[in-house]
Amino acid sequence: MTIPAGVLASLSDIVGPGWVRHSGSELETFAGDGLPTHRSRPGAVVIPGTREEVIRVVQTLASHSIPFVARGAGTGLSGGALASDDAVLVVLTRLTRILEVDPANRLAVVEPGVVNVRLTAAAAPHGLHYAPDPSSQTVCTIGGNVAENAGGPHCLKYGVTTNHVLELEAVLPDGSVATLGSRNGEQWGPDLVGLFVGSEGLFGIATRITVRLTPVPNAVRTLLADFAALRTAGEAVSAIIRSGLVPAALEMMDRNCIGVVEASIYAAGYPTDAAAVLLVELDGADDDAVAAECEEVEQLLRESGARTVRVARDEAERARLWQGRKKAFGALGRLSSDLVVQDTVVPRSALPDVLERVEAIGNELGIDVANVFHAGDGNLHPNMAFDADDEAAVDRVERASAAIMEVCVAAGGTITGEHGVGSDKRRYMPLMFDADTLGAMHAVRLVFDPAEISNPGKVLPAHACREWKMGVALG
Amino acid sequence: MTIVRRIRSLVGSDAVLETDGTGPPRVAPRSEEEAALILRTASEAGWRVRIEGARSWSHEDAPADVALTTQRLSDIPYLDPADLVATAQAGVRWNDLRGALADQGAWVALDPPGTGRTVGSVVAAATAGPLRGAFGNVRDHILGLTLVTGDGRVVRPGGRVVKNVAGFDLAKLATGSFGVFGVITSVTLRLRAVPRADMTLVATGMRDALLGAARRILDAGITPGALELLAPTDTQATDWTLAVRLLGAGAEVQAMRDAAGGAAGLALAELPARESAQLWSDIRAGAESGPTTVRLGTLPSALAGALDLLAHHLPEAWLSVTVGSGTIRWSGDATHDGVKLLRHQAAQQEMPLTLERAPWSVREAIGHFGAYREGVGRLVGQLRRAFDPHGTLVVPVDSAP
Repeated sequence: MTIPAGVLASLSDIVGPGWVRHSGSELETFAGDGLPTHRSRPGAVVIPGTREEVIRVVQTLASHSIPFVARGAGTGLSGGALASDDAVLVVLTRLTRILEVDPANRLAVVEPGVVNVRLTAAAAPHGLHYAPDPSSQTVCTIGGNVAENAGGPHCLKYGVTTNHVLELEAVLPDGSVATLGSRNGEQWGPDLVGLFVGSEGLFGIATRITVRLTPVPNAVRTLLADFAALRTAGEAVSAIIRSGLVPAALEMMDRNCIGVVEASIYAAGYPTDAAAVLLVELDGADDDAVAAECEEVEQLLRESGARTVRVARDEAERARLWQGRKKAFGALGRLSSDLVVQDTVVPRSALPDVLERVEAIGNELGIDVANVFHAGDGNLHPNMAFDADDEAAVDRVERASAAIMEVCVAAGGTITGEHGVGSDKRRYMPLMFDADTLGAMHAVRLVFDPAEISNPGKVLPAHACREWKMGVALG
Repeated sequence: MTIVRRIRSLVGSDAVLETDGTGPPRVAPRSEEEAALILRTASEAGWRVRIEGARSWSHEDAPADVALTTQRLSDIPYLDPADLVATAQAGVRWNDLRGALADQGAWVALDPPGTGRTVGSVVAAATAGPLRGAFGNVRDHILGLTLVTGDGRVVRPGGRVVKNVAGFDLAKLATGSFGVFGVITSVTLRLRAVPRADMTLVATGMRDALLGAARRILDAGITPGALELLAPTDTQATDWTLAVRLLGAGAEVQAMRDAAGGAAGLALAELPARESAQLWSDIRAGAESGPTTVRLGTLPSALAGALDLLAHHLPEAWLSVTVGSGTIRWSGDATHDGVKLLRHQAAQQEMPLTLERAPWSVREAIGHFGAYREGVGRLVGQLRRAFDPHGTLVVPVDSAP
């Protein structure tokens, strides 16, 4: 433990002694997030209860040049909320107030610790919802969603987190407070809200978040189609995208994933002999219009080679079909002690080829890769179950991940679509960006955080940016 | 060596365009690399550079040593109608892009104001039109871009896929920054399939009655493609006009028409296709009908008050309101004092005013933005120095001191 006792005492004065943790066993709880290949025990944990306490905590840490890492529910999948032993983890799960729901202007103002699904529940009486719906939405927080620019199945139609954030109050790494954007979505200058969302905690901590709410669709239809080959399923996705219909969600699961889900308590009735299933959801304001689109999609699926197409007859069947998809990660977790949920995006037309390459990579390395993903966005999630205590297994998983990244980038894709770079993917950033682009990102980081104390060691590769001459008169 | 000779030696004689002798030399790079070379040289030599597009929207009148025009960056190097993604260089005319996409059954769900603008102009000024209420702002359509910074580095944030969280979103920083960080040389856009049905309904009446009708349409959970309120000066009528544009599959549009008619509580008449195309085209043209165009952002529920405030400070002129996003656009002849006072009053009510276009004297005096909140001005200034350390680009984003 390298956090000076005097600093711990100051933090205790701010938040109360019960909300500062610094003993070994207490810290162990905070040593990991949703990424099992990386662990790191923080020097201390502080759990402020108000935005004022967050501000004072950051001011205190900044004045002692102590690095800090913001953390929400700890469901991140890129190791973005890990802190080393010289850093303080600032946990925001006590800032859980929904400050305002304004149905007339379709917006809400929340604190960062509000759990995603709770916001939707608060908006529901007004016929509204918060559209971004990551699979972890029953536990993950809006603050974490903002840091990672989180997605989810329904982002195909409604957009990801950044499309829904209007205004942010942020505590910058020097302890000063800035309000970025405005609640009407018009900017006061260059788009600093767009820059902040997805910055993975490197620009400071959002303490008050204004988000857009979206009308709940009156009519919903959900279809399940199954395919004898992965390639055919990928081609069906392309056919739907090309048709001009915009499903609310277009999700795919492969044979490995179907088998695991069907063997679990989340069994959804997916055909276990299928090479892949597609879950398609259509929604809109009018039942007849959605029914017409549903028929069209059914036709497209059949023409694309679906063996069977099933339309959910009622809400119960729809919920069951979705349960298999949403709980797939939980079901996969039963396979082994640990699970890496990878995250890449490829152009949608490249899906059939890339899926075959991913399967081949798994075969070469002796890993069962189970795919469950947002096919409509081309956003792949190859899942690899393994035992983190088995070093050889960890090595194989890391090698498979690296190979998958290379395949996806070569296909015109990206190294992460919604989970972030975090600790895990810094090494892949040069696959995506040249030295000048990484240098520009580092220069922007230094504008927000010249001392580089806010979530250090994330996103940017260490060698990124030595070349970029800083013309910034800092401070 | 004169600036012109220096540029000729860098990028060749034919990159320097003929001028009528009144403005600075105009140079038209044919690639990002040439643009970078020119800006790097300018940055080192202390030249002041202004960025030009098609010279149709902005007043290309900033005092500068060199005018860098994007007119030869005019290719659409990538267009994939199956993936619904396209890359266009900055000098491509928006209308030409629209045409090229339409040939493939695709479109960008943006109808930016102006008649002859380039892709670079639309993105640099982040001027979405009436479709903003349903489809979001310009930034929501951009997957990646190339920015040549003020000191001549080529930066390529984002990519070609529809979901991407790798690295910081510098594309959003550049979008709507009026070129203060660099020259946007190409943009990768998210496309949509052209909607199968496109119907426009209109009603005329008193301003607040129409605003009320528009709000009721939104409150009913209907999201029209566009929901635009036009001042009488725009249509040379005595009444205001509410235009409702419905986009989507056939059955969906029919259902929305019925629902909107019911919710509005007043008669909405369907326009024939040709008249409807003319109406939306007139709105694009109207936005550049005066020498100055401003954009005022407010909440949908606060529109009436914002319109009163605007009417108090600016003369009666062309005016259009995108109700869903709470955006007011005004184009007319204004003094910088009038706009400045309006900006000041509006800022106190949390309504940002952006100067989209104006003669240099107005831009120089009050800047494109000019009203920052606490803490934001410092960030913008430092970001500017990070991308353009020698102040090479002549872009008045802030108020004159």
